[in-house]
Amino acid sequence: MSDALLDIRNLSVALPKGADRPFAVQGVTLDVKPREILCIVGESGSGKSVLTATLMGAAPKGLSVAGGEALMAGQDLLTLSERQWQKIRGKEIGMIFQEPMASLNPALTVASQIEEVFILHSDMSKADRAREARRLVEAMHLPEPDRILKSYPHQLSGGQCQRVVIAMALAMSPKLLIADEPTTALDVTTQAQVLKLIRELRDVHGHGIIFITHDLGVVADIADRIAVMRRGEVVELGTAEQVLKDPQHDYTKTLIAAVPSLVPHDRPAPEAAKPALEVTQLNHAYGAKQVLHDISIAVAPGRVLSIVGESGSGKSTIAKNLIRLIDPTSGRIVVAGEDILGAGGEGLRGMRKRIQMIFQDPFGSLNPRRRVGPMIARAAVLSGASRAEAVTRAKELLELVGLERSAYTRRPAAFSGGQRQRIGIARALAMQPDVLIADESVSALDVSVQAQVLDLLADLQKRLQLAVVFITHDLRVAAQISDEIVVLSQGHVVERGPASEVLTRPQHPYTRELIAAAPGRDAF
Amino acid sequence: MKALTPYLQKPLVLIGGFLAFGWLLVAILAPVLAPYNPLQTLQPLVKPLTTGSNGEYFLLGTDMLGRDILSRLIWGAQTVVIYATLATLTAYILGLSFGLIAGYAGGRTDAVLCFLANVILSFPVLVLYIVIIVVIGASPVNIVIAVTFSSAPAIFRIVRAITIDVASRDFVKAAITQGESTWRILFIDILPNTTGPLAVDFCLRLGYTAITIGTLGFLGLGLPPPTPDWGGMVNEGRAMAIAFPHLVVFPCIAISTLTLGLSLLADGLREVNDAKERQA
Repeated sequence: MSDALLDIRNLSVALPKGADRPFAVQGVTLDVKPREILCIVGESGSGKSVLTATLMGAAPKGLSVAGGEALMAGQDLLTLSERQWQKIRGKEIGMIFQEPMASLNPALTVASQIEEVFILHSDMSKADRAREARRLVEAMHLPEPDRILKSYPHQLSGGQCQRVVIAMALAMSPKLLIADEPTTALDVTTQAQVLKLIRELRDVHGHGIIFITHDLGVVADIADRIAVMRRGEVVELGTAEQVLKDPQHDYTKTLIAAVPSLVPHDRPAPEAAKPALEVTQLNHAYGAKQVLHDISIAVAPGRVLSIVGESGSGKSTIAKNLIRLIDPTSGRIVVAGEDILGAGGEGLRGMRKRIQMIFQDPFGSLNPRRRVGPMIARAAVLSGASRAEAVTRAKELLELVGLERSAYTRRPAAFSGGQRQRIGIARALAMQPDVLIADESVSALDVSVQAQVLDLLADLQKRLQLAVVFITHDLRVAAQISDEIVVLSQGHVVERGPASEVLTRPQHPYTRELIAAAPGRDAF
Repeated sequence: MKALTPYLQKPLVLIGGFLAFGWLLVAILAPVLAPYNPLQTLQPLVKPLTTGSNGEYFLLGTDMLGRDILSRLIWGAQTVVIYATLATLTAYILGLSFGLIAGYAGGRTDAVLCFLANVILSFPVLVLYIVIIVVIGASPVNIVIAVTFSSAPAIFRIVRAITIDVASRDFVKAAITQGESTWRILFIDILPNTTGPLAVDFCLRLGYTAITIGTLGFLGLGLPPPTPDWGGMVNEGRAMAIAFPHLVVFPCIAISTLTLGLSLLADGLREVNDAKERQA
């Protein structure tokens, strides 16, 4: 197509020998027009990041272009030398990365970083550069442009940093922008603002944008056209309407079906049971900074309470207090009728098995040097089981969380992220706890895997009558699993109630803002 | 065996391993390999590749007391291998234990242990050796003590840094919340995750220690004569090195091939470890 900004034809990128498949990207044909946002969607390992890195002339080490072309104004990007690339990057193609903090130089002010782009690509005078930088910062809707320009990256929030990165990408007004998961590291309300800005770039400034993401909610909010990638290939390509409303490929259907709905399930009303976990007036301060203010929650056996909040809301601090990695400044935590804050030494050790945690990072939460079975059995032994009992329990648990028996003797490296989370769940359950804390336990997982792990958690929780505290930033996930929801903002509980109440009739303005910011609200 | 494959594909590991394990083999087989008793006086100052008056063949010649240099080198390998390994191991036991404790406990314990380590590290190493040996005397055990004392702080610092990193990972938190005992967390959860960088350091340090033992021998602070000791042989031959270079050259080659082998081995291990880490 002649009007395309970038025309990718039959592009293949080869993986090194010995990888699980021959090509990271295979036979991809795509094009991007001006005034268009093309979303490339895929789960981890789909090849979407390799594709964009290749288009930026920065294919990861060990990978090589095996065929095809990427034409931009008649020039094949894949044949450029590093020197030619330096003229293209920033000037013809702007790039935005996932980690805004990591894309900025911590030692330079915002102004000098933006002006640096002009120094590289133009011969503007010093005054012109300063004026242009200010204009860009204003165009990004950053508050107090003068203060922002004089600031260093660490003085800005994540969302502000990402807008500075976008300003730098736009400095030479390139026609094409490539954004690789630009909002993934941001809070949901910040994400909504950045997405709005990116739509504005398309509508007002006429940029063509390639937007890579794993989040179908974001896609629904922003895409004109969608390319779905799986194992290096584009399995479906079409307009946003077509792909989301009438997906053709089975994989696309699975992906869309796995997006958790914002509409909560109907849950039976709570029986008047004694709470398994009762937290009263919990306060926590790091030094002089008070991060938790009078938090009181209670969870009955067989119920799920979600604590929803953005980064900095204090939700992880609550988790750390509950499992007693840190001690609160004041307050009471009562598990099954016993105050766990009073315990120390042996008493504390006995108490710990009552309340167990599933961690966020499936790669950091399992010791890479230990075999899975003995790891779970050890937890059982610590909860008081004999060696023989522990081994039996570990084997039963592996089966219960849906892993093969052969998993027993393998090490964590042999498992995928979702499988590792299952192992983490089995390890926590091996202690036969009353209360289970799940701290962002499905956040690091691909959406299809996330759905499976959520189902598993919900199933186990009901069968074993566990009281679960589910900590998450994701309202959709909370909607799927919770009986009750507590909304946390800057260490204060701003709203609490049954999940259906909170999600459908939010009372507090912050809750309303959170729900409004949830990506893809109209599509799913 | 499968775990070893990436190591065996590295030329650095192969060359380094050949040199280092070669010397290890020589040390073990010394009684078989050495043609003569290393302490026996045969015929003084015979040049290499010469047949002596009694029909003995001296491949590397003899020293001024008439001892066969080849035999002394072979038995000297045993001395170096035994004492360098022993000294490095004891240094590791100390450095590892305190490093784990300091890195995991943090706070005041860490501050005190770091301060002590820094005090020792602030002395020039050679001066430290000399002071220790002069004070407690030159004997095999004292050499081990001196090396342990001076290299344990460096090991301590490496282990402490790795421990701080590993201890911040979630699996350690999981172990704490399971009520796991502190010593099991240290030795079962943390220690096995430190071994990659430590194996590299161990090889390098073994080489340094071999040089140290050589240096001490050269300064006359090493193993008391007539024990065959490479550094000591260089020292004894020094005065006549111009006329009889073989007295000095061969022990020097022995010291450098051993340390070179260990350094190459360390480099190779590091490359493989780095590659593994990048994959993970």
